[in-house]
Amino acid sequence: MSSEDIRVLTSQLAADPSSLVFLPLGEALRRRGQLDAAQKVAIAGLTRYPDLADAHDLLARVLGDRGDLERAFDEWDIALRLDPGHAGSHKGIGFLYFVAGDLQQALGHLEAARAANPEEEGLDAAIARVREALAAGGPAGGGGPGADSYAAVVRSGLEDVTRMPVPASPPMPSLFEGLEGADDGLLLLDAKGLRLAGGLKDPVGAQVGDAVAAHLAGVFKDASRAVRLLGLGGWKSVAAESADANFYLAAPTPETLLLLSRDPGVPIGRLARLADRATETARAWLEGSE
Amino acid sequence: MTAGIGAALEPITRVRGVRGAMIVSAAEGIVVAESVMEGVDAQAVAALAAGLAARLRRATDAAGRGAPVFIHLEAEAGAIVAVPAERDLLVVAVTQADVNIGLVRLELRRAADRLA
Repeated sequence: MSSEDIRVLTSQLAADPSSLVFLPLGEALRRRGQLDAAQKVAIAGLTRYPDLADAHDLLARVLGDRGDLERAFDEWDIALRLDPGHAGSHKGIGFLYFVAGDLQQALGHLEAARAANPEEEGLDAAIARVREALAAGGPAGGGGPGADSYAAVVRSGLEDVTRMPVPASPPMPSLFEGLEGADDGLLLLDAKGLRLAGGLKDPVGAQVGDAVAAHLAGVFKDASRAVRLLGLGGWKSVAAESADANFYLAAPTPETLLLLSRDPGVPIGRLARLADRATETARAWLEGSE
Repeated sequence: MTAGIGAALEPITRVRGVRGAMIVSAAEGIVVAESVMEGVDAQAVAALAAGLAARLRRATDAAGRGAPVFIHLEAEAGAIVAVPAERDLLVVAVTQADVNIGLVRLELRRAADRLA
């Protein structure tokens, strides 16, 4: 789709914001790699049409391109609840199961996609290769032996998700599973600013954990220097309140930092209690992984 | 001017457990006005508080959230508390561990308002 086509679609949407033209516009922007714009279009469309499976499918593709596979999965899952026969969502989720190494689930969704849209080229080949992988014992995970070739075949049949990156490393461990905000608002990072576990999303749902971790790396050194200089003993926590979020930092170990973020309705005192639980969990995990 | 600004610190230092209070240039990390007990290195606290505030601000920016309006570094034997004010200033207090942080926070905010 040309730039002129996108301009036309943008004009149509501006003239009639309730139009479903946001679907082709968002997809065109996604294909051109304009992911910020595509995500805004998708979210604006979802605001008007929260029960439209195609809108969730669009947002899922954008999130997939961003590498936010977890949230992409959630959006496709919502789409399938709204429309159990939605071919695009079956393909998307099938692909995610494939890269996660769950070939049986991947096969089920690919077959559902083919049932919903038998004429789509490539699905037969993808299904055949996933069957072969299953028969051969299959790669245990997306990164297992032969996974690249399987992924290539599957992706070749999934035109709509070919731009989705295959994770180079296993997904972040669900370290905080069971804790409130396990995937959004709980972040464990090391002293070099690298995310170890958890995640943090910005107000529009984009994953910002890595960027925030990078900025927070120096907090450990700043806090340590400050308390040493003043003879205050070891530092225990750093709390920061802003107009639209509260943040709480603690150090599960001398080399790691834990961030909790919640909306301002959650007082700092409660954040401290939540942090205690998350800190214990993180400490146990870190000790176990050494 | 500095004396007038310094007057804003008096209510903070009257809070039991506060070892010192200061107004800091957030961009440069230098002391604009201070009222601290002996043994508190105001200039060093100013530099560190400004650095910490700047770092937290960058992190909240990256998270798509607003800039911090209250910062509390808690340690085993005390705390450093800071509230940004207008004109790129920070109002900072150094406290003992058993201080009423809620009260310190209130006085810091009042001081920041007075600087506006």
